[in-house]
Amino acid sequence: MTLSTPSNLADTQEHLRWQRYFGFSTDHKVIGLQYLVCGFLFYFIGGALAGALRTELLTPISDFMPREVYNEVLTMHGTIMIFLWIVPVVNGAFGNYLIPFYVGARDMAYPRLNAVAFWMIPPAGLLLISSYFLGGASQSGWTAYPPLSLSTAATGQVIWILSVLLLGGSSIFGAINFVATVLKMRRPGLKMMQLPMYCWAMLGTSILVLLSTPVLAGTLVLLSFDIVAHTGFFNPAMGGNAVVYQHLFWFYSHPAVYIMVLPAFGLVSEILPVHARKPLFGYTTMVYSIMAIVFLGLIVWAHHMFTSGTPPWMRLFFTIATSFIAVPTGIKFFNWLATLWGGSISLNTAVMFSCGFIVNFVFGGITGVALAQVPFDIHVHDTYFVVGHFHYIVYGGTVFVIFASMYHWYPKVVGRMLNEPLGQLHFWLTFIGLNLCFAPQHWLGLNGMPRRVAEYDPQFQFINQLSSAGALLMAVSTLPFLINVIWSAYRGAVAGDNPWNALTPEWLTSSPPPEHNWHGEAPLVHEPYGYGLKSPAAS
Amino acid sequence: MTTSLPSPSSGPVASEHSAAESTEHHPDHRLFGLATFLVADGMTFAGFFAAYLTFRAVNPLPEGAVYELELLLPSINTLLLLVSSFTFHRAGSALKRDDRPLCRRWLLVTAILGLSFLAAQLKEYFSLPFGLTDNLYGSTFYAITGFHGLHVTLGSLMILIIWWQSREGGRVSSQNRFPLEATELYWHFVDGVWVVLYGILYLL
Amino acid sequence: MGTLQLTPRIITLFIGIALVLVGLWVGQNVNLLPVDASVNAPLYDQLFKVLFSIGTTLFIGIVGMVVYSLMRFRRRSGTVTEGAAVEGNLPLEILWTAIPAVVVLFVGIYSFDIYDRMGGMVPMHDHSMAGMETMHEPEASGPGQKTWAGISSVSVEGQPPVAAVPIEVTAMQFAFIFRYPEADIISGELHVPAGQPVSLRMTANDVIHAFWVPEFRLKQDIIPGQPTLLSFTATRPGSYPIVCAELCGAYHGGMRSTVIVEPPEEFANWVAKNSPVKATPASATLIS
Repeated sequence: MTLSTPSNLADTQEHLRWQRYFGFSTDHKVIGLQYLVCGFLFYFIGGALAGALRTELLTPISDFMPREVYNEVLTMHGTIMIFLWIVPVVNGAFGNYLIPFYVGARDMAYPRLNAVAFWMIPPAGLLLISSYFLGGASQSGWTAYPPLSLSTAATGQVIWILSVLLLGGSSIFGAINFVATVLKMRRPGLKMMQLPMYCWAMLGTSILVLLSTPVLAGTLVLLSFDIVAHTGFFNPAMGGNAVVYQHLFWFYSHPAVYIMVLPAFGLVSEILPVHARKPLFGYTTMVYSIMAIVFLGLIVWAHHMFTSGTPPWMRLFFTIATSFIAVPTGIKFFNWLATLWGGSISLNTAVMFSCGFIVNFVFGGITGVALAQVPFDIHVHDTYFVVGHFHYIVYGGTVFVIFASMYHWYPKVVGRMLNEPLGQLHFWLTFIGLNLCFAPQHWLGLNGMPRRVAEYDPQFQFINQLSSAGALLMAVSTLPFLINVIWSAYRGAVAGDNPWNALTPEWLTSSPPPEHNWHGEAPLVHEPYGYGLKSPAAS
Repeated sequence: MTTSLPSPSSGPVASEHSAAESTEHHPDHRLFGLATFLVADGMTFAGFFAAYLTFRAVNPLPEGAVYELELLLPSINTLLLLVSSFTFHRAGSALKRDDRPLCRRWLLVTAILGLSFLAAQLKEYFSLPFGLTDNLYGSTFYAITGFHGLHVTLGSLMILIIWWQSREGGRVSSQNRFPLEATELYWHFVDGVWVVLYGILYLL
Repeated sequence: MGTLQLTPRIITLFIGIALVLVGLWVGQNVNLLPVDASVNAPLYDQLFKVLFSIGTTLFIGIVGMVVYSLMRFRRRSGTVTEGAAVEGNLPLEILWTAIPAVVVLFVGIYSFDIYDRMGGMVPMHDHSMAGMETMHEPEASGPGQKTWAGISSVSVEGQPPVAAVPIEVTAMQFAFIFRYPEADIISGELHVPAGQPVSLRMTANDVIHAFWVPEFRLKQDIIPGQPTLLSFTATRPGSYPIVCAELCGAYHGGMRSTVIVEPPEEFANWVAKNSPVKATPASATLIS
């Protein structure tokens, strides 16, 4: 590893100049980090909002904030966490940073479009937050079901729509870039079936974004017409149909779940083989299962609507389609287990978070299959059972993978290692906090606590306090993480170019990478997971 | 570790690749990107059509509500757009042969066809017996045709810009055909959407 | 016979059986649900137990695999070894595609059987209301207004079907109002007779609400513009909460009511006491 020639050191310093991160850079690495830091800022805002919700729920009566504000806070929490934290980070941040390395390119297919896509996010986020100060934020939940969204906080609702439209546009531009980069920008000689799994995950995710996000955009435009121009698309009082909104909304928002978890599946597929020193088990079936999830993900949306008066045949169809998503998802989990089995596993924080992801996601997946069953869902729909379920999926699943990825790729980006003991502390606090916060919520839902309430039956107080304690633990867990990230940037152990001895292409250049990714030709990696094989093929 | 660390190739050093070189290195994928975007755009229309068809299926018009469409104008419009797709194609072929004057003539014809479509659309709007907020079908009709009309407006503007840029000394030439090809692809897409729209809104 | 050799296969088999037994035990003995107070609640609980058993088995099994792998295949500090270079195994892949598929198929069919027995697949004709629409002033609804399916009534097993008590539910921000058209009673609480089916026809005045009684394991959205139907037969006398489960505005959390399940005689007394219509034939037939 004698890559640190003077010229590329200067290159590296150029790459790390902080001013670049506030400008219109077209470098995919800069854009990736912009997405990441921006996402984390919104994560802390969304987390603070969650803290406010859990504080209100310490007591059965509404005493911490006015009821309207509670509804604003829950709407903002959901919208920020989904559209400004998870989707941009797990797609935009890691996708932009890693995909060009993985396909052996020097940048994304459309660098300027890429920068535009990122720079739509901060204004959208600020717009969204500003609505709180402009006469009140939206109070109708992140689902914005009419007619409620037509009758509460009109200004806030319109701003919410504008903001989500901007974020949706950003997401679509990003997806166009990912599809073109994966399909068209591969280094000559690199075949699709030789790509690291994250490329496949991003390809699948981008297909979902392209097919479903525009439907949401169109729907929200119609919703804004209902508010601003007094049309009646979704307003039953004017002959409209509120359930059609739900169909159109969930046509996007169920695939959105896969937009949030498929990239996480991809990232875990990158992390586990490196630290288990084994090839990724069942590469081909992993690829097919991603595509199966993409297909099934598009035809299951109405399982969110089993109590909306959908006809029986529809319930039957959507129950079966939804249940069958468990099959390709299960394949992926068994393949990860098989990847671990017989490996030489380093129990570092990245692995701990990845395994935490497996455990949490399996739990959320099992409750998910239960929720897919109509009779089961009819009882727990719109209750805390559902809240617990999807937080296991998006927090226990995707956010855990984001943290695993932070520990895995931090040395790549910064050139220094994150501190391990602090990382382990971070993992255990988060893991215990998550389970303490969200596991009891399943019981709450089964026993009669609906979601989105500021006041509840006093018999549920103790369990709610338990859940709030878990939330506090999760809030505390970000401290060791933040300290770690900042401290390690200056004092962390120097990583070297390839601290994990990984074979995926992003590690086959210096850490941090030079301006145009490679010192010379991009390497041709036929076996990105060739651990233990005779000749790891890198030319 | 038993594996030797795969060392990066000892090829030429970074300085050989200047910024300009590395970004201009790969083939032009912009049309591919546009096609991808049009898939997404098409899904917006698909969502609108789905909403319209569902409204038709489950939400009967209240008594006294008026929702009637004439067939003549939209049929003429369909013809206009189909012909304009053909004329645009001729413009593209002319540019490929480096016959700029012919290309510009066809472009102008296409633009005029597009603008006539818009004029006819506006005329239809003003002659319809229902307004935007009168009833559900009417609202959906205006939303869908309006969204399509925006596409036609944008397309016509782009055609006029290309027409201007393809003059002698302009930026569009047989060497730089991307602006024209992109607009052409987009225009065919807008036409295709109209045919579906015509079928669903007017004929069904 | 020789001694039983503990080959890995046999150990795996034992662990698998133990897991299933643990799952079954947990599913049968850990109760996470409130009391059951309607005919379909025990059906629901039956499904819940099956799902809980399968879920527990799978969860413990997979978590066990993860923890075991991490401990067993942990890299000792200081050692530098690679794992086995195994890239896949087709029979294994087929196995873990087929088993979940079979489990999921079983769960789907079983849950639909339960759903059918709950009355979910009975076509809804809004028949119980058809007569009343003419008897009482029909609501301001457009021509051909559709009602939307909830769950139809099912009779208690082994008993002849009984006519359902029709009740009209109106939901608004932030209250439920119950109207007994046959006895002309308007009430803020829902009184229902135990053992007799009840048929709710629900309309919303402003935004979407939902009618949920956790002890009945039943929920149905109440959607403005399209009446929804829900039928059930309460079984266990007592008072249970009615909860609005769909975000409906600032006081959503406070939108609650009570359903009082009474023995038929007490219900009849309640009807008689509250009905402004003296001894109507309707309320008399209602009791019988």
